Order: sequence, then C-alpha cells, then structure tokens
Amino acid sequence: MPEATLTKSQAQYLDDLAQQGAGGQPAWLDDIRADGRSTLETTPFPHNKMEAWRHTNISALTKTHYKTASETTISADVVSDATLAPAGWAELVFVDGHYSAALSNITNLPEGVILGSIRAHQDSEVLQRHTHKILQNRNAYTALNSAFLRDGAFVYVPKKVVIDTPIHLLFVSTTGAAGCVAHVRTIIALEESSAATITTSYVGLDDTADYLNNVVEEIYVGANAQLTYYKVAREGAAGNHLATSEILQDRDSRLFSLIISQDGKIIRNQSCVKLVGEGAECALHGLYLNDGNRLIDNALHIHHTVPHCNSRIAYKGILDGKSKTVFTGKVDVDQAAQQTDSDQLSNNLLLSDTATLDTKPQLEIYADDVKCTHGATVGSHPEPIIFYFQSRGIDEATARGMLTYGFADEIVREIKPEALRDRLESYVFRKYSPKQ
Amino acid sequence: MVSPSEKLETAKYEGSRVEQSNQRAAEAADREYKHGWSTDIDSETIPVGLNEDVIRLISSKKEEPEWLLEWRLKAYAGWKRLNGEEPTWAKVNYTKPDFQAISYYSAPKEKKELKSLDEVDPEILATFEKLGIPLNEQKRLSGVAVDAVFDSVSVITTHKDILAKRGIIFCSMSEAIRDHPELVKKYMGSIVPQGDNFYAALNSAVFTDGSFVYIPKNTKCPMDLSTYFRINQENTGQFERTLIIADEGSQVNYLEGCTAPMRDENQLHAAVVEIVALKGATVRYSTVQNWYAGDADGKGGIYNFVTKRGRCDDNARISWTQVETGSAVTWKYPSCILKGDNSVGEFYSVALTNNHQQADTGTKMIHLGKNTKSTVISKTISAGKSDSSYRGLIQVMPKATNSRSYTQCDSLLIGNKCGAHTFPYINVRNHSSSVEHEASTSKISEDQLFYCQSRGICQEDAISLVVNGFCKEVFDHLPMEFAVEASNLLSLSLEGSVG
Repeated sequence: MPEATLTKSQAQYLDDLAQQGAGGQPAWLDDIRADGRSTLETTPFPHNKMEAWRHTNISALTKTHYKTASETTISADVVSDATLAPAGWAELVFVDGHYSAALSNITNLPEGVILGSIRAHQDSEVLQRHTHKILQNRNAYTALNSAFLRDGAFVYVPKKVVIDTPIHLLFVSTTGAAGCVAHVRTIIALEESSAATITTSYVGLDDTADYLNNVVEEIYVGANAQLTYYKVAREGAAGNHLATSEILQDRDSRLFSLIISQDGKIIRNQSCVKLVGEGAECALHGLYLNDGNRLIDNALHIHHTVPHCNSRIAYKGILDGKSKTVFTGKVDVDQAAQQTDSDQLSNNLLLSDTATLDTKPQLEIYADDVKCTHGATVGSHPEPIIFYFQSRGIDEATARGMLTYGFADEIVREIKPEALRDRLESYVFRKYSPKQ
Repeated sequence: MVSPSEKLETAKYEGSRVEQSNQRAAEAADREYKHGWSTDIDSETIPVGLNEDVIRLISSKKEEPEWLLEWRLKAYAGWKRLNGEEPTWAKVNYTKPDFQAISYYSAPKEKKELKSLDEVDPEILATFEKLGIPLNEQKRLSGVAVDAVFDSVSVITTHKDILAKRGIIFCSMSEAIRDHPELVKKYMGSIVPQGDNFYAALNSAVFTDGSFVYIPKNTKCPMDLSTYFRINQENTGQFERTLIIADEGSQVNYLEGCTAPMRDENQLHAAVVEIVALKGATVRYSTVQNWYAGDADGKGGIYNFVTKRGRCDDNARISWTQVETGSAVTWKYPSCILKGDNSVGEFYSVALTNNHQQADTGTKMIHLGKNTKSTVISKTISAGKSDSSYRGLIQVMPKATNSRSYTQCDSLLIGNKCGAHTFPYINVRNHSSSVEHEASTSKISEDQLFYCQSRGICQEDAISLVVNGFCKEVFDHLPMEFAVEASNLLSLSLEGSVG
C-alpha cells in the first residue's frame, strides 16, 4: 500500500477513537474495531484521482469531521409518519444511529429468527460468525465504519425458515444529527433454504441538518435461500448517505435487490455481489431520482467465481436540475465461471441541460463459454411522442409527466409488498406531476 | 457508408475470399508470421539513448528549421517532466521499454535526393515488393499512391505528379516541413499537442518521418493514399507522425499498413496521427496493423502505443477503420473531436489477439457541436492466452444539442485461457442528445460450427468463416483490397488457436 497522507478530518476521527477507548464490549468486536482503525490509518479518503471516484466528488464529506451523534428520542407518531412499513411488519428503529427498543417491534417472528440490535446480540455466536467476514476494505469509509462499530441491525433466518411478512429496518436522522455521522452496520444472514423480504429505509426529518449516514451492510444468502431486499434512501435535503453492501451468495441462492435513491444531498450506493456457489442468481434493480444540486452514485460490482450463475442489472434514472449522476456496473467473470449468463442495462432520462451523467458499464471476462451483455442509454422524451399526446389534447407538461412516471414505474412496479409499492408509486407520481 | 457499387464489388469478392480460405488450409503447415524476415541493407543508425543532443542530432540530420527543433525540445522537456511514468490505466502488462536502449533514428544509407524509383536501393524495393506493396512503376495500375516508410524514414512516394496536378500534396513529413512549413506549423500539434500523453510527448520529441497529406478545397482525391510502415533495424523504435489536412469540401481515403521482422526483443512503435477535416471534408482512415506479435510464448513483438485523433469542423466526417491483428501490446484509441455542427465521427474496429498478445483499444468521441453524430462498432476476438479490451469514451458536452451516439462492442472468446473486457465511459452533459451503448461477450456458437462441419468444412475453416462473419460489419467499411487482406490476416492469426 502506498504511503498515505491522512487528511485533517481523518486524523480527527482517529482522535475520537482514542478518546472513546476500548469500549468494554466483547473482544471479537474490539478486534474488528482495531482492524478498522489500522486500515483507516493507511487508507486515504476517496478523491477524484481514484478511478472509482473519478466523477463522484465527495470532497464536501471528506473535508468535514462529523462527530458521533448522541442518543435522542422521538415519539412513536414521528416514526409512524416516517416509516414505509404498514402495521404488522416487524421493525427495528434506529434514531441517529442508536437503536431504540421502545420504537421497535420484533414480535410475530417464526421460531429461531433473530431480529435485533448488534449490541443486544453481541454475545451471539451466530452474529460473530457473520460480522466482518465478507466485508472487503473498499475504501476509507468502510474502514471508518468498522473502527466505530458499536451497534447496528442484525437479522438472522435459520435453516428452512420462511418469513412471510417483510421485515423493516428504519434509520431516522433527526435535527440532532446535524454535524454528526452514524456508522450504521447491518448484518443479514439467511441460512440454507430460508426466505425473507427485508426493507431498509433511511429517513431524514430535518432538511437543514448536514449529517452523514456511513452504512455498511453484510449480507449472506445461504444455499437455496431467497432474499428479497429493498432499500429506500430518503435522507434530508442536506443529509448524506454513503453505503456499501457486501453480498455473498451460496449455491442456488436467489437475490432480488431494489435500491431507490430519492432524497439526500450526496447518495452513494455501492453493491458488491460475490457469487460463490453454483446456480446462484442475482437481480439488482435500481431507480434514482436526481434533481436540484445533488449527487447520486450507484456503483455495482458482480463477481462470478463459479459456473452456472446468472446475474441481472437493471437500473433506471431520471436526472433533472443541476444534478450529477454516476453509474458504474462492473461484472467480473473468472476463468472457472463457465456458463455464466449476465446482463446489464442502464437507462437514463435526462430532463435538463444542466444535469450531468457519467456511466460506465464494465465487463471483465476470462471464461469463454459465457453470455454477457450490457447496454446503456441516455436520452430525453422523444418529440414525436410528446406531439402525439398533444394531438390527443394532452398538454405538453402533462405528457412529459406521464412519460416520466411511466419510465420510473417500470422499476417501482417490481416491488412485491403492496403497501411499499403504493407508497413509492404515489411518491413518484406526485414528484413528476406537472406543477399547477 | 458504403455505396451500393462498393457493396457489389465486395460481394464479388466473397467468392474469391472463400477460395483463398481453402488455399489457406493447404498452407496450414506454414503458420509463421510471414513478414518476419529482415532486410540486410546498409543503414545509418545513431547510437542508442535519448537526450537533448540526440534530438538536436535528429533535427540536424533532417536539416530542420529552428522552430521545429525548439518544438521538439519543448516536447522532450515535457516528456522528461513525466519522469518515465507511463500511463498505467490500460489493462496491459508488459516490461517497460528502456527508453535509453532505443535508437531513435535509423535510415537506409545514401540519403540523397531521389528523382525516380531507379535510384532507390534495390534491396528496399525488393523488401516492399516482398511485402506486396506496389511501389514499382509498372504496378501503378493499382491506383493507389504509396508512401513507404522504412524504419524511420520515408523511402519513396509514388504517383506524386498525378496528385500534384490537382494540388494535392502527398509526401513525407520531412519534405512537408521543408516545402510547406506554413501548413505544418499551423496544424502539427493542433490536434495532438506535444504534451498530450506520455507517448505523444515522446513522439513529438523524436519523430523522424511520416506522411503528410493536404487535399485542397473541394477536391476529391482521385486515388486512395497509402502509407506502408516497416520496422527493419534491430533495437530501433519507430516514431512516425502523420498529418492529414482535408480542406473545405474535400475527400480522401487514406490507408495504412505495418509490418516488422521477427525479433526476440520488444520494439517500440509510438506514432501520432493527426487529421484535420475542415468544413464539409470527409476523411476515411483505414489501418491494417500487422506488426510482429511475438512468438507463441509471448517473446518479442512490437509495442504499439499510438495516438490518433481527428478534428471535424462543420459538416465534416472522419471515419476510422482499423484491423488490429499484430503487435505484442496495443494501446490505441483513434478519436474524433466533433467540433463543428453536423459533424460525424465513425469508428469501426476489429481487434484480434492470439497467444500472449494484449490489446487495449477503442475510441473517444467528443461531441462539441450541434447535431453531431458518432457511430462506434468494435469487434474483439480473443484466442489463446491473450487479453483484449475495448475502452471507449462518449462525451457529450453541454452545447452539443441533438447529438446522437451509438456504440456496439462485441467480443468473441475462443478458448478458456483468454480474456475480453469492455470499459465504456459515457459522459453526457446535454439532455437533447441520445446516447446508446450495447455490448456483448460470447463464444463461437457450437451450432454454427457444427453446421459448417456437417457441410464438409473443416473446423479451422469453419471458425475462420464464423469470425469473418462476426467482423463483416467492419470489413464492409474497408477499401476492397484491405478487406481481402484483413480477412486473410484473421484466418492466418487464428490458425492453431483451436483444437
């Protein structure tokens, strides 16, 4: 590793760590923190000279030293406004990165399922087995997350257990989060032949609070297991969201993932899937609704290491205002991964001349008996179609709104839980309806 | 675009192509690189090494004006500032060339003014003859004007008088610097600046020759212009610089071919090509690159690090067509700056790698003007233990309203020890433009091979047929002679890669 010069904020984070001390939690968590700290000491924060961050300028974040947020409480009414989950879903609620047992609902779960905070289950052997195992040091922020690892969400589904009702993980950022960072860690483990639907949502309550959610998710999908995963980022207008999902898929497992980036100043979703068991399938879908002066970056990486796996990427984006959007889709196919079937599609709708888009689909293939494709499109609504609408008595603004809604809805209607789909559909509909 | 008559002629050639392919099968025993011999001629090569004195020496040997020497020295200073830090972003692995172990100037001796072909060293003529390049007067019927570059120096340019009648200038770079300094001074470095990249800077400092083309206003060049590059001497690098200026409303087809002898050391070829297409001009630039690729164990071969770029003014069109079958390592991105409104950039490429070859090639299309269009068709074939990458950039700037871009890159893998990669970058800054990109990677379809074999075509020929079909879209854009040569080259390069 080259000699790294640490920025001022990085040194400040290390100071914070020194002040916090060891923390008195079990040794295995301390080891993870020590590992994170030592990585942080040698890894510079991302900057534009790094290929993966060429178009993603997060200097506003790297220069700022965010403090650790203190515990706050919010009322149950606020949560019921903020949540995407209807009554009846099991739900974990985190406020400014701190678990709130009072607001969470962990009843009605099948036997053997573990749902709770990392802190509450820190002595669990199962948790220890799945924490910090598949995470790779992607950048200084994942290291920062490990170094500050105190709490987080933990979902464990044992062998042959199927959870019918979705589980919701809600992360709320309050006014108190201003100037603070929450190092959120989510551990999801599905054992052999199990199935679950997990939705995570991030909500910012204060549009003026400049905070950072530094998220790391470690997801293990066991043999023949099936995970349906949704994530909705609705950070405050000044809130930031940097997330890394590390996903490991075993034999014949299936993953359906849909990430919706709605609000937030800077949103970066990095999803890395490693297919290590034959016959595994993953489908990564995404929708990003970018406008104003915001930045949304979706960085996907699918790594085929064994034969007979399928992967699909379908991301769509609507870009308006002076927003900046980055999309990277990388598919690696190892020499052993014969019979790989992979496709990738990124469609982008540009609504303004000041919005910018940088997309980079990538294929790195070392096996010959494979079928890999990718496609990317960028454009705006075709004029003949707008004209057609107008000729049928629909004004231009409405026509454009309808087309934009239709474009986004192709992704949104893939959402299976009805309650979630309805909420998001009406959100998209409202957002792109012509203003009266 | 190909005119119907051209298409017809290509179609006629289909028949003979199959014939030739059968003939190839008979020659299967002879799988060597057929241009691998070297010519023993008396040449003048300066000692190896690179410093300011060497540049002064090159400049004085070529009796260059003072401004050019300064230009070179400026480029050299820029190159030195890079501290030997070669670009590392390309997906290629190679031993870095030792820039002090290369001789930067090698020329066939007796460099006096040549009045006619009779005065050229017969050995050199025989060399080009052997390569199938019709330098000889009798072969003028072929209708292609040729500028032959042997090691660093342009040997002979044919058909000059016919071209001169129309005001077309086609000569070596050295002559252009002497006879048309105003054109050279105005345009050289305007597209690829001295400090553009590591190899362009090196080239600007030490380039020895190359071709120069000027097509006057509203003139259609009556014949295809062609340059043939040959590296002969050991331990030399070839640094040629080509400048094509197509004045308003003119048209030209330019062809380029390259070969080198088989040597165990890696030789460096760092060329720069600049094309200026003024208002309404059309330039088609075709390359068949067949530098020595090294032996089956990856020993030797040419490092081909080339910078090619063109600028299109209003309504102009630049079309790059390339067939890359040679070179140990290729690093090449022919690009178009679509500066003028309604300008068009095209890139058609076939890159074939076998054994230990590595190719990182693609294009950049920079849309600056309104209604600009670009088309990119890239076909990559990897066999053996080779690696090939497509790396492209489509950049649509804010003022490029209504611009369109279409990219298609397909890769074909033969065998399971090779790699194929695509790195397309798409940066869009304008909402009225539309950019499409598609890519696919697959292997040769077993069904197609089986069908061919069931019709009595042996496996090797069947593969060659399928590969030729895969590349047809690109070959259609090559001038006919080149298309035939290219398709033969493909079959030849693929021989022995299956089974």
